[in-house]
Amino acid sequence: MSSPEASHERPLSPHLQIYRWQITNTLSIVHRLTGFALSAGTLLLVYWLIAVATGPGRFAYAQALITSWPGQLLMLGWTFSLFYHLGNGIRHLSWDAGWGFELKTLRATGWLVVLFSLIMTGVCWWLAGAIPGIAP
Amino acid sequence: MKFRTPLSHARGLGSAKEGTGHWWAQRLTAIALVPLMLWFAWSIIGLTSADYATVHAWIAQPTNAGVLLILIYAAFYHSMLGLQVIIEDYVHVRWMELMLMILVRFASIILGVAAALAVVLIATES
Ligand code: HEM
Repeated sequence: MSSPEASHERPLSPHLQIYRWQITNTLSIVHRLTGFALSAGTLLLVYWLIAVATGPGRFAYAQALITSWPGQLLMLGWTFSLFYHLGNGIRHLSWDAGWGFELKTLRATGWLVVLFSLIMTGVCWWLAGAIPGIAP
Repeated sequence: MKFRTPLSHARGLGSAKEGTGHWWAQRLTAIALVPLMLWFAWSIIGLTSADYATVHAWIAQPTNAGVLLILIYAAFYHSMLGLQVIIEDYVHVRWMELMLMILVRFASIILGVAAALAVVLIATES
């Protein structure tokens, strides 16, 4: 197994410095980042549910936090994370089912997921009346 | 001398250390979370500028409370498995990996139970 020649330092695989940028590997790390973000987001869900269970005072405080601009920024990030992770998650599941692993399909569905998450984020915030003037 | 059959030995071995059970649970919860999270997003949009009584009544409604409980279970289970994979990939100091694994498990269970308990309290108080 470990011969003497193998003991000196060798370059890491994958050779990051010789890889050309491709949509596919960025999508893959973003899936992980959004999964992590959604996991952090569960803290907000727990806090919100406990606030509702505790009473109107706590609820009003939670609501004020969520509707403040940092709160809204978090919610925007959460919305995008959710739809990205959901869309790309379905892409993952289709690979597990044996579909869509050809390079061409991989790129096409990748861009589709990006488009899907941006559109869904926009639609949700529009429906929630966040975009002034054009609320339904 | 080996008393275990090759199959019994192979069971439980795998890339995620707990083998295919982990893998399956991650996919099953993922499938469940697709309709659950769409429903949740849709509901939150409807509650955007709702007052306390409306939000409380919405969670207390039995179907909503039930689906919320399933969502909480699926989300925390899925998230716990996912975070464990991330830890396995990036943390290579054995004791740190172990501490983080334990932390993620405990935190997921505590937070999940807290969320479920809040829903049950809301649904049962009137
Ligand atoms: C909305 C529906 C969802 C779908 C379809 C979905 C799908 C998936 C899939 C298929 C994986 C495995 C990816 C892989 O094999 O590398 C995964 C990983 C993960 N998911 Fe989800 N997920 C969903 C929601 C969530 C939610 C709500 C959370 C957090 C509360 C979450 C957190 C994670 C984490 C932390 C990972 C690990 C990421 C990694 O290993 O790179 N997911 N998800």
